Amino acid sequence: MRALNLTERIRMAKKSSRPWYLIPYYLWIVLFVIAPIVLIVYFSFQDLSGGFTFSNYADFFSSTYLRLTLSSFWYAFLITLISILIAYPTAYWLTKTKHKQLWLLLIIIPSWINLLLKAYAFIGIFGLYGPANQLIQFFGASPLQILFTDFSFVFVAVYIFIPFMVLPIFNSLDKINPALIDASRDLGASQWMTFRRVIFPLALNGVKSGVQVVFIPALSLFVITRLIAGNKVITLGTAIEQQFLVTQNWGMGSTIAVFLMLFMIIIVLLTGPKEKGGALNGKAK
Amino acid sequence: MKDLVKASIAIIAISAVLFYAVHLLETSSATSGSGSISVYNWGEYIDPELVTRFEEETGIQVVYETFDSNESMMTKIEQGGTSYDVAMPSEYAIERMKENDLLLPIDQNKIPNLENIDPYFLDLPFDPGNEYSIPYFWGTVGIAFNPSLLEGQTFEQWDDLWDPTLEQEVILVDSAREVIGMGLNSLGYSLNSTDLGELREATDKLKILGPNVKAIIGDEIVEMMRREEAAVAVTWSGQAADMMWINEDIDYVVPVEGSNLWFDNMVIPSTAGNVDGAHEFINFMLDPEVAAQNADYVGYSTPNEEALALMDPEVTEDERFYPTEEMRDRLEVYENLGLEMLGVYNELFLEFKMDMEK
Repeated sequence: MRALNLTERIRMAKKSSRPWYLIPYYLWIVLFVIAPIVLIVYFSFQDLSGGFTFSNYADFFSSTYLRLTLSSFWYAFLITLISILIAYPTAYWLTKTKHKQLWLLLIIIPSWINLLLKAYAFIGIFGLYGPANQLIQFFGASPLQILFTDFSFVFVAVYIFIPFMVLPIFNSLDKINPALIDASRDLGASQWMTFRRVIFPLALNGVKSGVQVVFIPALSLFVITRLIAGNKVITLGTAIEQQFLVTQNWGMGSTIAVFLMLFMIIIVLLTGPKEKGGALNGKAK
Repeated sequence: MKDLVKASIAIIAISAVLFYAVHLLETSSATSGSGSISVYNWGEYIDPELVTRFEEETGIQVVYETFDSNESMMTKIEQGGTSYDVAMPSEYAIERMKENDLLLPIDQNKIPNLENIDPYFLDLPFDPGNEYSIPYFWGTVGIAFNPSLLEGQTFEQWDDLWDPTLEQEVILVDSAREVIGMGLNSLGYSLNSTDLGELREATDKLKILGPNVKAIIGDEIVEMMRREEAAVAVTWSGQAADMMWINEDIDYVVPVEGSNLWFDNMVIPSTAGNVDGAHEFINFMLDPEVAAQNADYVGYSTPNEEALALMDPEVTEDERFYPTEEMRDRLEVYENLGLEMLGVYNELFLEFKMDMEK
């Protein structure tokens, strides 16, 4: 969503021959977007003593960091997929309810609570003597180790990201003109056909925005990797934090950050709106 | 347009009111003439009552902030930004901070209570003559365990952790030097080893420990052990003392192969804005009565001889937390290995963590 706005704004800025009131905006972009990126790229070519080097990039392609990247992608993929599977039906159901705004608010409210608080709450819930295990015992099974597993990590991450997935999907589903669906039915399409040929393509851009706001942060989650996964899941975000705070190897930390940015750009390009074809979104209603 | 103007005025008015409120609050809390000091300390590492008492006695306001590793503390001080007046780094961090000119010399004339400190903890190799640092607490790294959850199993050496019956039972502290150091010690090597072969061997041995590891976490270890979520933890002595305070089944041992002996010290970072206030705070913390109360609260071992006399002998004679000088000689103090080696340790630690993933 963010990226979409940006490209739109740039397009607008070009059209309107850069009036004066955009100056604060350009200043902001230069100081807080371009300058940090340039600095990160600059630091990524520095070794521990501040000399110029390519060794950080060579190190990144060593086995540890490649495995780290792969496993980050795998978990981010799982988290995004499960979020879509839960959020899509939820969003669809939301558009059918009477009090849309109220339900939407109820789904969004948990995202206002601090991430750390939620993580600590889950430590209690998933503990050996916590409610989750009490439930399992109630059904006669013996307690399970839920905390500090990849299951708990994915579960909590999905829980955190679901509102961000529901919102864009809901918005695009809600925008669909009901006349289109009626037309599809009148012309003899089945329920499934209507969904596949009308609703799904029209709401696809909502899903893409959802993927952007979930997949990218999921790649760099770092607080819950320690609290919920007990450092048994390591993401690119954890590695960057370690390089800056513990190892104090800013060069390596920046190099990982550069790759993370590259991955993000690729994902935004892949999920961004296309000029031809499915450009059905944004149809004014 | 009218609405826009109205909205802007409302926002500016609200900001002004908030700004004024903050200003009022700040001036009312700093009424004294001697100003304030900011103290940068480890989490759960001071009795908050003592901070209040210091404020009442001296009129100096204390701004208190915490960190969770020597490295993050140093990074923050190096960046400047906040002018910390007192910090509590460990010995190898002090060596590094000295090298990087991050410390101010301490005027011992302003710290008469220094005479209360056991000479064993003064004039140590990381800071000869205590030019830059004053002892705060000391302790060890060892194994905390709960025999009631392990059918009475006890621990004596690091190798006991590799016992196959301990699957998914062991919690490790999230710190490269402690974990790699434990691997090195269990093989009979020094925990300051810079020999890449020895480090490789230690990491490979740690990887075999993988299936036994439940989690690698920080201060949450104490809660996990207290609530019997975990049976075994590799941790610092004071954290073990905290656990035992609540859960009496827990025991603590410093493994026979050797382990880490560490000293945390009070220093004045070069960014300090109130050097006199910092000296006053350090002197206050060395007062026997204050140090005894602090040690009772924190659970780590105090280097303050006079304070020991005021404390419960049951605590101070407990060799698990106050090992004798002879026992201390078996233990090793961390040396500053330099950024390069620190990088190697952390790379290996990351490799170990990655290998635990299934």
